[in-house]
Amino acid sequence: MTLALGARRGAPATTRGQRALAVAIGLFLFAFLVLPTATVVFVAFTEKGTGQFTLVNFVDFFRTDLFVRSFWNSVYVSVMSVVWASALALPLAILTTRFAFRGAVLIQTLGFVPLVMPPFVGAVAMQLLFGRNGSVNLLLDDAFGFKIPFMEGLNGVIFVQSLHYFPFILVNLSASLRNIDRAMEEAAQNLGSSGFRLIRRIVVPLAMPGFVAGASLVFVKVFDDLATPLLLNVKEMLAPQAYLRVSSIGIADPMGYVISVVLIVVSVAAMWISALALKDRDYATVQRGGGGLARRSLTGWESALGYAVVIGILLLVLSPHIALFLLSIATIWSFSPLPDAYTLAHYNRVFAESSLYIKNTLVYASIAGLIDVVIGTAIAYLVLRTKLVGRQWLDWAAMAALAVPGVVLGIGYLRTFYGISLPDGTPLAALWITIVLALAIRRLPYALRACTAALQQISIALEEAAENLGATKARTVRRVVVPLMTGGLLAGFVTSFSTAAVELSATLMLVQSNSDAPLAYGLYVFMQSSNGRGPGAALGIIAVLLVTVCTLVSHWIVERRHEGAGNR
Amino acid sequence: MTGERSRPPAVAVEIRGVNLSYGITRVLKDVHLDIRPGELFAFLGPSGCGKTTLLRLIAGFNVADSGEVLIDGRDIASLPPWKRDVGMVFQSYALWPHLTVRRNVAFGLEERRLPRAEIDRRVAAALDLVGLGHLAERRPSQLSGGQQQRVAVARTIAIEPKVLLLDEPLSNLDAKMRADVRRELRELQQRLGITSIFVTHDQEEANTISDRIAVINDGSVQQVGTPMELYQRPANLFVAGFLGTANIIDGRIVGSSPDRAFEIAPGIRLPIPAEAEAPPGAKLVFRPQAARIGAARPGQSSLPGTVLDREFLGPTVRYGVRVGDARLAVDVPFHAGEPLAEIGAETTVGLSPGTALWLTD
Repeated sequence: MTLALGARRGAPATTRGQRALAVAIGLFLFAFLVLPTATVVFVAFTEKGTGQFTLVNFVDFFRTDLFVRSFWNSVYVSVMSVVWASALALPLAILTTRFAFRGAVLIQTLGFVPLVMPPFVGAVAMQLLFGRNGSVNLLLDDAFGFKIPFMEGLNGVIFVQSLHYFPFILVNLSASLRNIDRAMEEAAQNLGSSGFRLIRRIVVPLAMPGFVAGASLVFVKVFDDLATPLLLNVKEMLAPQAYLRVSSIGIADPMGYVISVVLIVVSVAAMWISALALKDRDYATVQRGGGGLARRSLTGWESALGYAVVIGILLLVLSPHIALFLLSIATIWSFSPLPDAYTLAHYNRVFAESSLYIKNTLVYASIAGLIDVVIGTAIAYLVLRTKLVGRQWLDWAAMAALAVPGVVLGIGYLRTFYGISLPDGTPLAALWITIVLALAIRRLPYALRACTAALQQISIALEEAAENLGATKARTVRRVVVPLMTGGLLAGFVTSFSTAAVELSATLMLVQSNSDAPLAYGLYVFMQSSNGRGPGAALGIIAVLLVTVCTLVSHWIVERRHEGAGNR
Repeated sequence: MTGERSRPPAVAVEIRGVNLSYGITRVLKDVHLDIRPGELFAFLGPSGCGKTTLLRLIAGFNVADSGEVLIDGRDIASLPPWKRDVGMVFQSYALWPHLTVRRNVAFGLEERRLPRAEIDRRVAAALDLVGLGHLAERRPSQLSGGQQQRVAVARTIAIEPKVLLLDEPLSNLDAKMRADVRRELRELQQRLGITSIFVTHDQEEANTISDRIAVINDGSVQQVGTPMELYQRPANLFVAGFLGTANIIDGRIVGSSPDRAFEIAPGIRLPIPAEAEAPPGAKLVFRPQAARIGAARPGQSSLPGTVLDREFLGPTVRYGVRVGDARLAVDVPFHAGEPLAEIGAETTVGLSPGTALWLTD
């Protein structure tokens, strides 16, 4: 160890190649993340025409009823989504961590199901199941004579979002419950505490950080989401307002930018809270000589109740998928619990007319995934393996993309790159490559984390051995580091690819012509008209299959890597 | 607990025929122990021997299949952990990270619904006792390992438990601190006069601070006694080998009383004293310090051998000597300037038959 350190210290701090790489990545992040975002903020704070600093735009924002209403609607929808998502996640988390429950595997799978489909895809189909004249309400009306307004106005957004995002709370909460050392609970019992008091005084406070982290993530995702409210025809929320301002009034109107700044502030605040919560989590993890929480086995009827809860939630979670599938093969589905008849015509139509959407999606998502993996690896390498001054800033800058909502990035691109024209006169913002860049920036944080994890697992001694045998830094990376990282890189690529394939917020702002549009955009266009819903649903099913296959592949890769690591 | 106040008299802990199995693995096999009031008692054994299971059984975290545990003459089997008044210091300390040191220590008193003033007084007293009064507002994560351990002790003694249980109390401390902390623990236990049981796998730890030790192996108690008794008169080969270094030599008993001898190799014999117990199949056991290198003293037996190696241990030099097929360890006090036996040299090992034992498994 001392030897290795000595050797490191003796070597030159950085090579020219490393510095050049860092500068190139820095420029890329500046041009496609920092600059567009800064432009948005700048425009929001300047007077139209004169370019002087002003707060007038914000005053206008808070004086306009529509915007204030939209703001509170967004807050309300986000908070209620967190509440309902927690209501779904809490029983599941408790079942998996506190009890020896055989259905735990089911719960884990269940946690992934919603994530393979973006919420907006199922939103329209959900109306056919849960809307005023949807299957469930028709049956309820027949049987009991009343209806439940699941999908009325904001309720619909809350319903769809909480079904989609509850896994974030489930995963975080389960993890922090599992990480509580059994001795924490036993020590309380030993000192005279038991039952509900013990849960209130020890278990709840220790599980809180995980819950807060998950809840703030759900809050910010819902707050920033553009596509779901738009597809449910809910316009009085902030993200849709930003989009509508820019798309109907134009990119010169300051209100779109003001809304963007509000979105950014809320995002950053939510992430800050999440980071604060997680900062304290380290020391609550399992200590030496400990184990997880004590698990209790379930009696017969308790177990049956557990299964009933899990299966009920599973059905609910699958309902968008079921509805979408039915819609995609339905001739007519209106005012009836199930479609009148079934057909494959929608699929034929999609493949005949819209294969361009699919092709575009594959091209865009592949390039975006590739960019992410290359930049992610480069940043991970610079951060973990060099002493380059300011290397941590690259990591932070890339991660900052998490705090920039898709709408904001889209608006930023339009504003920043519309002024830049190519020699033939087309503005840079009108090219399909800007869509790809926006997708790459949006997905970079996830790919970066995957690459960092992959690199962290490689012992530095393997690289030192290569250098010792005469390989230069660059050749060591190529011959040792990259081959060993392959699994992690593939997983990172697939994650980027599959989420980019169904991203809509930024895309919606940037698509200029139908021929450049990806699948998610096509879906949105189809869903606008009532006779386009069938083909739209078919396109949605194709998207779901695409993402499911990718997710399975990435899981398989990660699993196989784990096994490989175990055998070594 | 502050010393001035009179404490309730210390209580005895009796363990009567306790059996416990996990599935088909028998973890505790018919354990009987009598722990006297006010005693500092150690469960000593290798990892996996069942000592922690036994401790957790007393605390109520494990349930015996049969047998009973009596505290102050009362069977506690029907009491849940939170009603037992048996304070436990966990191996990981189990300090709650979301509470300050003061709130951690106050926890058990709050659960007992004591008046606030009483709680404050007892928390302050407990923290003073372990010398951490000035750190009361810190979080556990801001303390060193040794400080965390003291908070864990303070938290437990604050409730003035009938019995104090310590699960490997020193294992998470670095080697340098252990000697100090174990002495502090001993002083504290003496001052409080509380019946205490601690679990350890480290014989030095058990020897230095406990009044008596139960050596446990494979779920059963091998021997109970003071550290010196266990060292001088181990009851079986396991105890002899586990406490300190021992030469354990194969051989066979020849002749019959009073002229029995132990034959290590053909022609190499050690007479067995008439009063010594030497059951059939027994092995010869003696400590390296009991033997010497060179000509035998009067009354000693000489065993011819060859010096195989030597290790310098500071106060002594430990020789490895081959006698017959056996390898003996012999410690010789080191005096500067005295010549050392050379490796490969023929020599004799002198051994007083009175210091040798003949033991079975």
